[in-house]
Amino acid sequence: MVEVLQAGFYTSIQDLGRFNTQHYGVPLSGVMDVRAAAIANNLVGNKANAALLEMTMTGPKLQFNEDAAIAITGAHLTPFINGKETSRNKCIYINKGSILSFGVSKLGVRGYIAIKGGFKTKKVLGSRSMYKAVTPICILKKGTLLQIHPSEASPADFFSKLKVKEQYLKSEFLEVYKGPEFDCLSAFEKEKLLKNRFTISKNNSRMGYQLLEPLQNDLTPIITSPVLPGTVQLTPSGTLIVLMQDCQTTGGYPRVLLLTPQAITVLSQKKMNDSVFFKLNE
Amino acid sequence: MAFKLTYKSYGAYAILIEWPPKINEEILNDILCFKSKLLGANIDTISSCNHAYHSLVVQYKVGNFDGILEVNRLKTIYASTEPLPKTTKTVWYIPVCYDVSFGIDIEKLSKIKKISVEALIRKHTMPEYLVYFIGFLPGFLYLGGLDSTLATERLSVPRLNVIKGAIAIGGSQTGIYPLDSPGGWHIIGNTPIHFFDSSKEEPCFVKPADRIKFFSISLSQYQDIKVLADAGVYQIKKELFNG
Repeated sequence: MVEVLQAGFYTSIQDLGRFNTQHYGVPLSGVMDVRAAAIANNLVGNKANAALLEMTMTGPKLQFNEDAAIAITGAHLTPFINGKETSRNKCIYINKGSILSFGVSKLGVRGYIAIKGGFKTKKVLGSRSMYKAVTPICILKKGTLLQIHPSEASPADFFSKLKVKEQYLKSEFLEVYKGPEFDCLSAFEKEKLLKNRFTISKNNSRMGYQLLEPLQNDLTPIITSPVLPGTVQLTPSGTLIVLMQDCQTTGGYPRVLLLTPQAITVLSQKKMNDSVFFKLNE
Repeated sequence: MAFKLTYKSYGAYAILIEWPPKINEEILNDILCFKSKLLGANIDTISSCNHAYHSLVVQYKVGNFDGILEVNRLKTIYASTEPLPKTTKTVWYIPVCYDVSFGIDIEKLSKIKKISVEALIRKHTMPEYLVYFIGFLPGFLYLGGLDSTLATERLSVPRLNVIKGAIAIGGSQTGIYPLDSPGGWHIIGNTPIHFFDSSKEEPCFVKPADRIKFFSISLSQYQDIKVLADAGVYQIKKELFNG
């Protein structure tokens, strides 16, 4: 059992999400940085869909009431065990009674804590990913108790250490496909969209990232149609909104671009005032 | 009847299929018919399909994905004429309390429309609303069939919290808020019925192509039904029909 002593800014349990519930209006959810989450699960010998903790900007303070093997990946949130700095991107053994805490993020936004066996919260509609009105709680709070699956992995399955490439945490390029309404844009609008630098606004969350610089356009709203995470919507007033894992299942704004899965991981590590460029994948 | 469909790629692993850009029942039925044939074909590389008014997104599992091959396969399935099993659809009778304590915008709306509150309720409870799809929020039904004289532009500033069960009018649509959520529609009443329950295997009891008929209840009836609905024992009145 792991007890939450402090929750951090926005800490939730995530796995790979709900794949076939969009027709109920239930979002996909799941980890924002699939890559960092996969590395964390790998390091402790978990399957790719094991539930782990996603932390945002500031990490939680956790007390381990049993021995555990964990791995911390993603954003550079300095981890401490019992006040002593410890490593990221490595399988760490943590003793019963120990306290895991974090410093502020030096690079990136979202970090992951995988635990050998995976967190054992209630599975709802096929997933443990927390989402308001779907799971009993949507973020961790002080006092939340988390159970851990007894592990099936043997120590031999672990990658004790992994050389992790983290250049993507600094990347400003978001690789994109053309969205369904891309060709409704004029040549001038297309050029601006693909050449200009865009700044992340304060409205950024697991639902979506709004960009600061408007893109004046003459597009007409579309008849409400399905949307997928990674979709870049363009509103009549010119706001660009990049939909993320917790986004609505349908939308009425033109879908001008769609981020590649890699670009979603890049954007999920961006915060207010960071900037990005779109780069067309052809 | 067969429509002329367009097929577009939507990212690396999804195909967007579009019908003519109209909102009508004929298109909805054609989409549902295609969807049913598609699910019947048991293509194991498909991970989900989700539709809206005039479009269907088919998502594929990550892996070897050949868009051209998949589009050809979709076209063949759309053109196939194998008879579909007859499906039964449902008209759901939904109790709504239009009392001003719930319908906080109903008096304002009746003034805008220059009709009495009673006439407004009559106009709202008259149609059988067609369910096109579920989207926006878990369990939010996109309904067609609002009396055009009730259409009202949305609030210029959305409310931060609309309570669960609120019945509202926004633009030419009417809807039910299945959860507490922000919202910019005019609130005219509230239903004690739960439209989304994530603890059930089928979290939404209403399906696309079903119909919703509202009927007006008093505040005390509302309280009585709410007790039963919260306990999961309220029997929603329904009628089956063949679609």
